[in-house]
Amino acid sequence: MSMNRREFIKTNAIAAAAATAGVTIPTVTLAKDGMDKDGIRWDKAACRFCGTGCSVLIGTKGGKVVATQGDPDAPVNKGLNCIKGYFLSKIMYGKDRLTKPLLRKTNGKYDKNGEFEEISWDEAFKTMAEKWVAARKKGPKGVGMFGSGQWTIWEGYAAQKLLKAGFRSNSLEPNARHCMASAVGSFMRTFGIDEPMGCYDDLEHADAFVLWGSNMSEMHPILWSRLTDTRLTKKDSEVHVLSTFKHRSCDLADNELIFTPNTDLAIANYIANHIIQTKAYDQAFIDKNVNFKKTPTDIGYGLRASHPLEKKKTGKGGKLSGITFDEYAKSVAPYTLEHASEISGVPKTRLKKLAELYANPNKKVTSFWTMGMNQHTRGVWMNSLVYNIHLMMGKISEPGNSPFSLTGQPSACGTAREVGTFTHRLPADYVVKKDAHCKFAEKIWKLPAGTIPRANGKTDGADQTDISGKPMGKTMIHAVAMHRALNDGKMNCFWVMCNNNLQAAANFNEESLPGWRNPDNFITVSDPYPTISAMGADMILPTSMWVEKEGAYGNSERRTQFWRQQTKGPGESKSDLWQVMEFAKYVKTDDVWDATLLAAAPEYKGKTLYDVLYANGQVDKFPAQQITDPEGNVYGNDEMDDCGYYVQKGLFEEYRRFQFEGPKKGHEMAAFEDYHASRGIRWPVIDGKETLWRYREGYDALVPKGAGVKFYGKPDGKANIITAPYEPPPESPDKEYDLWLSTGRVLEHWHSASMTRRVPELYKAMPDAVIYMHPADAKKRKLRRGKYAKVVSRRGEIMARVETRGRNKPPQGLIFVPWFDAGRLINKVTLDATDPLSKETDYKKCAVKVVKA
Amino acid sequence: MTRRKQLDRREFLTQSGRMVGGVSIFGGIIGLFGKQAASMPAYAIRPPSALPEEEFLGACIRCGMCVRDCPYDILHLAELQEEVALGTPYFVAHEIPCEMCEDIPCVRNCPTGALDRDMEDIEKAEMGIAVLVDHETCLNILGLRCDICYRVCPVMDEAISLERIPNLRTGSHAIFVPTVHSDRCTGCGLCEHACPLPVAAIKVLPETIAKGQLGEHYRLGWEEKEKIGGSLVTPDKEHEYNLPEGFQYDLTGEGLTGPSVDN
Repeated sequence: MSMNRREFIKTNAIAAAAATAGVTIPTVTLAKDGMDKDGIRWDKAACRFCGTGCSVLIGTKGGKVVATQGDPDAPVNKGLNCIKGYFLSKIMYGKDRLTKPLLRKTNGKYDKNGEFEEISWDEAFKTMAEKWVAARKKGPKGVGMFGSGQWTIWEGYAAQKLLKAGFRSNSLEPNARHCMASAVGSFMRTFGIDEPMGCYDDLEHADAFVLWGSNMSEMHPILWSRLTDTRLTKKDSEVHVLSTFKHRSCDLADNELIFTPNTDLAIANYIANHIIQTKAYDQAFIDKNVNFKKTPTDIGYGLRASHPLEKKKTGKGGKLSGITFDEYAKSVAPYTLEHASEISGVPKTRLKKLAELYANPNKKVTSFWTMGMNQHTRGVWMNSLVYNIHLMMGKISEPGNSPFSLTGQPSACGTAREVGTFTHRLPADYVVKKDAHCKFAEKIWKLPAGTIPRANGKTDGADQTDISGKPMGKTMIHAVAMHRALNDGKMNCFWVMCNNNLQAAANFNEESLPGWRNPDNFITVSDPYPTISAMGADMILPTSMWVEKEGAYGNSERRTQFWRQQTKGPGESKSDLWQVMEFAKYVKTDDVWDATLLAAAPEYKGKTLYDVLYANGQVDKFPAQQITDPEGNVYGNDEMDDCGYYVQKGLFEEYRRFQFEGPKKGHEMAAFEDYHASRGIRWPVIDGKETLWRYREGYDALVPKGAGVKFYGKPDGKANIITAPYEPPPESPDKEYDLWLSTGRVLEHWHSASMTRRVPELYKAMPDAVIYMHPADAKKRKLRRGKYAKVVSRRGEIMARVETRGRNKPPQGLIFVPWFDAGRLINKVTLDATDPLSKETDYKKCAVKVVKA
Repeated sequence: MTRRKQLDRREFLTQSGRMVGGVSIFGGIIGLFGKQAASMPAYAIRPPSALPEEEFLGACIRCGMCVRDCPYDILHLAELQEEVALGTPYFVAHEIPCEMCEDIPCVRNCPTGALDRDMEDIEKAEMGIAVLVDHETCLNILGLRCDICYRVCPVMDEAISLERIPNLRTGSHAIFVPTVHSDRCTGCGLCEHACPLPVAAIKVLPETIAKGQLGEHYRLGWEEKEKIGGSLVTPDKEHEYNLPEGFQYDLTGEGLTGPSVDN
């Protein structure tokens, strides 16, 4: 027999799987030729899920993705995937994929309260353009777009141009606002340049790891397996985990620090104080590389101005002022071991152990953090407090010594941050606050000076004129403010793309839902699936996702990864890129630009935004070509077919000019083709060479010889140590609402689970959100494990089962509820308090009660 | 889904035709009893090259030739009141394991093909699969150096290998995890029989019980790569890095190396 029994079983299983996927594989061929010759085309792509950026190989046959595998040649994951990545081949094939544009209608006409009916793309964009042009007349904040850290790089870039230059509106935000804004805020304040200085190689070079509000074990599973390997194999290595509740990462912890919410501020200050008191700091490093600063305090909680807490605040904003080392030392002096222990509830021995680790000059420490630190009403402060510790010890910018902000989304770095799809940003760390930056962008985009709205609505000291003829006024509006503006009827058109913000945004009952369903507003949602957001919209656009289009993502370690289009999206679905560019054909400059601006560029008069932004001789520079891999396999590119040129390449190469032609250095990327020929390249790429550790001579080509370390994002090359005190959170448990609520993710599901809950195996593994709570808290409330209970806040309530034995083990007084579950929207309960500096929502703490259902 | 080598219908009839009619009829009647006990208990292992259980029960005429020919008296025929179908041959690994005779005498004289008479290599037998069922009592997993199952295995290093992981408790030893590779394990039961514990931590189980199955929508990248002897997708063009003098960076291997890395 040519096949033994087990091979036979395997072969039959392939045939069965292929049959399920609608593909016929002749069993005989398979048996003879083996699995790698069964007619499956393999190509590389980045995983669709988290910010780790695992590379996967995509197996396509008969126009469908039939299998995937971890890419054994990818340095990040070396052939491994987490359980979400294991099921990548199924995420595109949920039974309810959207295939046609849908509009709410009654009697054949648009009606906000009508039922969804199928329409053509032409009708969709005509309807949308009419609404958008009308709403834009109200002012730059009359329209808004909410994009994603899961957009491909060129999708973010195309949207950036459409909103800021086309519609002359800074109302563009990504869901990364909910995710990484605090990290970004602190990067800019501390180093003057975004994103981590280190790379994943720190996982092997560090002697110790400190997790500050990150459950890496579930949220970055493959990085966690690298960290674990180091812990297991490196002599005297240590893992310290700070959290407000015990989770799976605590499993590996040598030092577990469960603290009262918000007191991480006090803990970080205690560590700084310990370093100063014991004189452990690196004086030479500080003298050469650091400035000391303080930031205004008592700055409120980013709630509506009418909220009592906002009226009480005495400080405002984040303007830094210089202080001396002694003043800094004095500012952290109150944070003694006793005080820190008392306020945080963490035993002194554990706090001391952590402080001594940082203070030990012979231990290389990598600190990791994600949402625990970013979704924090003092998130920017908190990020900086950790940098303070690393900077005082000089433990930074070298292998193993790394303060490392892990990103949540696959391209929060690559798209949202690097392309700058925030209200205040332009590509490559340029900002709309600076007139010169806007002019630089206008030059690259071949637009008349003054097109892009400045933050304050002024260019060269004079007001910019809006389409209404009035001055532009203040133009910036962040994500949470967008929902409030929708609710107030100030923003009337909103386009949500590549995310599920109705489920994701805090305070669903009081802000999100009334805003979306406000009769004055027209909400468009582009998504592959009918999500909560899609159902809450007025128009739904069916979207081709992930490898149904050519794409590029940038992960946590500055690694940019490309993929080719592997298959076609179902039905009439189209990529986000096509949607953005096609919509631009339905709006003319005359609809949204004022007369003076048009007079400055008469050649653009009467042109569509598409003509001006994309058919500009740059984006459309690269002719259509056949896409092939080195083996000669041929790939589709739907956008190229539709536009007649290599859209992705044109957008990317225009975007790259921001990295090379402006005064800001340190964002340089490689050429388009180089990325298709590699498993990612880490920027800055200088003279063809990648950068692993930034700001240190030898590793970073931008640091001059003899400089040692140079934080070149700041004019004087020095980073800021920024002192900030402990301040209480906006809402703490009281007599009635007697528990803290923290929300977050689980390993099995990606964000709102619109993809992962459509994979039957993942759904089965983690079907519904549960209330993780301490057994004593459950007992006190006469609740039994597995029984339904209600989580109630001042804003809303949900029902879920009680879990006292699960993966997360909160201390008494705190519950954890994951937010993936569309059937029980925990964001009905959460508070929309934000960090006043980063405008990022704090999803990790508000006051609730849990009662019998 | 479990299917051993299948006889097609014609082959089966031809082979059956070799037998005298009386025996055939008798076998048929016994077969009816056999149906009632179609599910085998987990401890009972069929002789090498047996057909899949249901077909085996149909084909086996309970003649006892295999039992007679087993030189080690390992096989016996199920008696009344046993869980195994009456009159059919089996062995219990922890009592006496299969010695895996090179000439495989037990199968040679099978009159019906219930055991494949043409089996040539005993190492290809698939009687069952060893499973390390109890990680709490396995001495190796506890960090001791027993390794008996590994060493007694007739297909050593192939059917059972020792996978090394660090011993966190001692901080200075390794744990050698006995790991069964089902594509090489014959199910002979030597490991179970030899396990020094009062009750074995490793047990031979029928394949239907022992094996999970990987989803076919996902491939193991490193195995696929090995199979074709190279990357499925073209390797990267060469990477270059900014590095201090004397340092090297190996993208897929060691990472950063140089004079002062990691002291």
